[in-house]
Formats: sequence, C-alpha cells, structure tokens
Amino acid sequence: MVDWRWDFTWQILPRLLAATGNTLLAAGIGYAIAVVLGLVLALAQRTPFNPLNAIVREAVEFIRSTPLVLQIFFVFYVGPQFGIRLSPWTAGMIAIGLHYAAYLSEVYRGGLESVPKGQWEAAKSLNLSMPRTYFRVILPQALPPSLAGMGNYLVGIFKDTPMLSVIGVAELMHTANAIGSETYRFLEPFTLVGIIFLLISLPTAAAIRLFEAWTRRKLGLS
Amino acid sequence: MDTKDVSDFPLAIEGDPAPMVSFRKVTKSYGNLTVLDALDLDVAEGEMVTIIGPSGSGKTTVLRMLMTLETINGGVIYVDGKPLTHMERGGKLVPANDRHLRQIRSKIGMCFQHFNLFPHMTALENCMEGPVHVLGLTKQDARERSEELLAMVGMADKRDQHPSRLSGGQQQRVAIARALAMRPKVMLFDEVTSALDPEVIGEVTNVIRTLVSEHNLTMLMVTHQMGFARDISDRICFFYGGRIEEQGAPDELFGNPQRERTQQFLSAVKEAH
Amino acid sequence: MSYFEFLGLYGDRIISGTLITIGLTLLSALLAVAIALAAGLMRMSSNMAVRGVATVYIEIFRGTSLLVQLYWIFFVLPLFGITLEKFTAGFVAVGMNLGAYGAELVRGAILSVPKGQWEAGLALNMSPAKRMRRVILPQAVVLMLPSWGNLFIELLKGTALVSLISVADLMFQVKQINGTTFLSVETFGTALIIYYVLARFMITPSMRWLERFMMRKMGRA
Repeated sequence: MVDWRWDFTWQILPRLLAATGNTLLAAGIGYAIAVVLGLVLALAQRTPFNPLNAIVREAVEFIRSTPLVLQIFFVFYVGPQFGIRLSPWTAGMIAIGLHYAAYLSEVYRGGLESVPKGQWEAAKSLNLSMPRTYFRVILPQALPPSLAGMGNYLVGIFKDTPMLSVIGVAELMHTANAIGSETYRFLEPFTLVGIIFLLISLPTAAAIRLFEAWTRRKLGLS
Repeated sequence: MDTKDVSDFPLAIEGDPAPMVSFRKVTKSYGNLTVLDALDLDVAEGEMVTIIGPSGSGKTTVLRMLMTLETINGGVIYVDGKPLTHMERGGKLVPANDRHLRQIRSKIGMCFQHFNLFPHMTALENCMEGPVHVLGLTKQDARERSEELLAMVGMADKRDQHPSRLSGGQQQRVAIARALAMRPKVMLFDEVTSALDPEVIGEVTNVIRTLVSEHNLTMLMVTHQMGFARDISDRICFFYGGRIEEQGAPDELFGNPQRERTQQFLSAVKEAH
Repeated sequence: MSYFEFLGLYGDRIISGTLITIGLTLLSALLAVAIALAAGLMRMSSNMAVRGVATVYIEIFRGTSLLVQLYWIFFVLPLFGITLEKFTAGFVAVGMNLGAYGAELVRGAILSVPKGQWEAGLALNMSPAKRMRRVILPQAVVLMLPSWGNLFIELLKGTALVSLISVADLMFQVKQINGTTFLSVETFGTALIIYYVLARFMITPSMRWLERFMMRKMGRA
C-alpha cells in the first residue's frame, strides 16, 4: 500500500503554507480587478449606444467560452511578440481578472435586471440624477441577488489560481510541483494541496452564505 | 394631421391664469397601435381632474407622459406655461434634452399603483432622498419637512420602518409623503388604490381628500373608485379609445352622461359593485 | 510569415489537436452526466451512508481545483496501484470534476419539480423508483437542461488542462508550436477562436436543439 511519510509531510508543510499566502494574494488581487471591471462591463451593456453594447456583449461571451489557461498563456506570451514584457504576476492577474470580470458582469446584469421597473420610475419621478439613481437606488437592490453569484466566483477564482503555475507564478500548485520534481514524491505535496484547498474553500462558501443572509437583513429586504 | 411638426405650437402659454398643465394635440402610439390620438387637455391651477375609462383607453398613459416616463410621438405638453416635452432653441421648439426635462419635471410629483418605495430605505429616508440629493436641502431641513409630511399622512410613528414592514395602505401613504416632500406644483395619482386590500383603501383616499381641501395643488388622478372620484374632483374626463369621449363636472357626468359609451361604461361599473 | 502560411505549416497539428479536444469533451461529458445522475440521486437518498458518500464526493470535487484533481489522479493514483493512461486520466478527471457540479444541478432540478407531481405519483400508488423515473425525472431534465449547456462549456474549457499532463489536445499542440515559432498571437489566438467556435456554434446550438426537443416531447411547445 501507499507509504505516507509524516516526517516528509512536516518538512514540506511550511513551504506549502508560505505558497498558500501567494495563492490567497493572487485570488484577492484577481478578484478585486474582476469586481470593478465586471461592473464596468455590465454597465457598458446598458448604455444607450448600441454598437458598444454589442461589442461588450460579444467580448464577454468570448472570454467566458474559452479556457482560462489558454488566456493566461495568451496574455503572457503575446506581449513579448510586440516588445512588451509582462511579469508572470502581472500577466496572470490581467488574465484571471479579465476572465472573472466577464463572469461577474453576468452576475451584475442579472442583479440589475431583477430590480423592478417601478424603482427606475420612482427615481425619475423624484428627479434623481442618473448616477444617484444607480448608486443610491438601483445598485443597493441589485447587490443582494448578486451576492450568491459573487461568492461562488470568489471561491471559483481561488480554485483557478493553480493555473497561474503554468507561467511560473509561485503559488501553491507551482510549489507542490517543484517539491515533486526535487524529491520524486508526489503523494504528500499533491494531497496536501488538495486538503489546503478544501480547508479554505468549504468554510469560505459557508461564510458567504451567512454574509448574504446578513446583507439582506441589513438592507431591510427580508 | 402631422403632429410631429411643432412649428405652429407656441413657445409658451399665456393666459390669465394660464393652465398649469396643457396637452396640445398629443399623440402616443406603439407601432400601429395608437394609444392617444391628438389629445387636447388643459388643467387649471388648483384643479383636481380625474380620468376614468375602460382599461386600454390610454388614461394611465396621460399621467406617465406628464411624468416623462413615456415619450410622445406628436404634439407638445406644457407645464406651468412652459413646454415640457420640448424647449426653445433660436425661437423654435425642439425636443427637450435631459437638462430641460429635469428642470420642468421638478414641478411634478407622482404616486404609483405599486407604491415603488425604495425597499432598502426607511420611510423617512425615502422621503428625505429627493429633498437632500435633488433639491439640495440640508439633512436637518429635509428631515423636518419629511417628518411633518409623514405626520400629515399619519405615518409619523412608522418613520424608521422599511417598506417590507408596512402594509400596502401604509406604503402608499409614505409614497404620497415622499412625492409631496419635493414640493411639486402638480401631483399625479396613478391608480393608487388598485393594489390595496378593500379595508385599507379608505386610509389612502382620506389623505388625498385632505390634500384637496387644504392645499392648492393641481392634481390629476386615474382611479376606479367612482364614488371617491365624484366626491373630490372638480372635473371628470371619460377616456375611450385614446380620446376624451366626454368630460364635465362630476355631478353632470355621473348623474347625466350624454354619450352612449359613457352611459354603458358607468352602468357596467355600477353593476360590478 | 503570413497567417495563411502559418496555417499551411501547422494546420494539420491544430486540426488533430482539435479532434482530440472534441473526443475528450464527448467522453468526459458522458462520464459527467452519468456521475451527476448517480451522485445527485444518492445525495437525496434516505440512507445516510449513501447520502454521505455522495456528499463527500461532491464537496471534495467542488472544493478543490480541477488541476489539483488531475495531477492527483495522474501522479498519485498510480501509488495506489491504479495507473491510468494519460488520455484516460485526462477525461476521467474532467468528467469527475464536472460531474460533481452536475450532481447539484440534478438535485436542484428534482427539488424544483412541483410538490403536487410527487403527490400525484403517490396517489397513483407508484413505487418510489417508478415515480422518480416516470414522473419526476422527465420534468427535472427539462428544468436543468439550460444549466447543462453552461456546464458543458465549462467542461470543454476544462479539457484544456489535460495538456499539462501531455495529452496532445488543441492546447498542447499550440503550446508546442509556440515553443518553436514564438508566434504567440497566431498560435494562441487560433486556439482561442477554435474553442470559441466549439462552444458558441456547436455546444450552445446543440443544447438549444435538445431543449426544444425535450419541450416538444413533454408537450410544452
């Protein structure tokens, strides 16, 4: 049967935990980009200027239909062909941020569409300005229905960070791979990576559900 | 008649006194369906006009156009003597831009069938939103004004509640206070009792009664409450097929309708009750 | 080198990679559907052990990354005496991963079949299995088909990861070509477009067709 070596486990654990920091950092930065850029993409699809709507719509569709790992390669390797060198971190953050911005824009779009038409009409009847209508009336109501989707993609982006290892971002998977090729032992590093992911993503998912319920109460929506 | 060409329309309406609201040859259509056909309607300052008619007769559209929730396809609407749907450019009327709409729209307030309160704000915050962020009042002033109005509609004790905690009748009363907090010259009531349970209709109609008797507001109302309309209106307009079929003082129109369609409609309504 | 010269030189490899990608997608889709049905139904079993197995499976595969699962199946599983050839390891990992997501779709769809349908089945004295098969599942399928469309696109995208264990799919081929030519725009750009075409003009329309077909079969169209 398999021989799991505890001494080896304790030896590599600090290195893996340090890499976990990088994984969380990558997920955090990528998500921050995605949250903001996703809103821009969602709002761009609501402008009265039709060509812009169509272009953004199609771009979102394109990003959502193609593999993230390919997009990471594309962003990382295309720059040098034109004399722009991006570091693995920069390229990775652009790729993963853009990828999830496309997903989040769909979440926001659903949220925005769930706000009843009467809310827009009431805002207009009170003569609220367009920015005020969005920020004070529409977005606060579009947020709660978006939270579940936003939470799922927060966990999703975290689980997709291992793909950054392909261009050499020293996150968890990259480190486990390195340990494997140095020691020819794959059992412990890959299993530990799986466990670390579980230990972070399961409680996060649970916390998001609580946060969602709390927000609804806070905004007086339930 | 081509009502898109507005070159014959006046740049402003004179008169002593000039009507507060004036529809001139206003047309509204969706594709081939004409909802309003060259509507002419004047409402004097302080007048309470109620619009009745079968569904699909275009009555709600009249209010929605006045609130600029619907665009018009022809004609001009004037408010307080000035064009609403158009503005003056080099001595001619051209379609209004956003700035002009916002300026004229500030004279109009509206209450909706489904209240449309902002669910994430308390009753008081709903009322203060416009005064603070559109009119530029200080929070203190807006709060005083809003509390006064909430007291007037009998909702002072519920001012810190969110709409989800209020009954339909209570929500509608808050909505009335919210609209009044903007100090409009014209108030629009679009079927404000239609979504309410029968036992709470009275609390909303009583508020409107108070408004009629104690304030000099110009009001336009669409309602199915014929008795209420007869009690408080200065004039009733019966809409049919996108035009005014008949209009007159309440007692005349309800007591002695001249047109056959009006008679049919009124007897059908009476039978239903 | 013009783009046409590029295609002339490397077109064959790109096409063969695309065919591998399509094959992987079909096989892992079959596996995912089978696992989703089994795990989704097990998740709703009244037997706690059965339910527990399904729950653990779903949580593990949804809680970790596909890449982690792929590496684990390819590098670690042999230590347990189970050695899968890389192509097999590839589609098994993708199928098992997406199957876990699909299981939740199955469960959600079954739960959203109106309660009256369960009661009507009971009133006709159907056995639980028969009720599920004849009454509930057909309606659940119609409910969940739109979500499966998205899941199959995720699955297609997931197959790109098997290039990392050297399965010669589309992703692998363009990476190799890029390694010798450094024509990143041409190589990766072409692959992006091919994946897009597969998703948008093959998966989405077939799912739409299937949705319409099922609706007609259910007498809803």
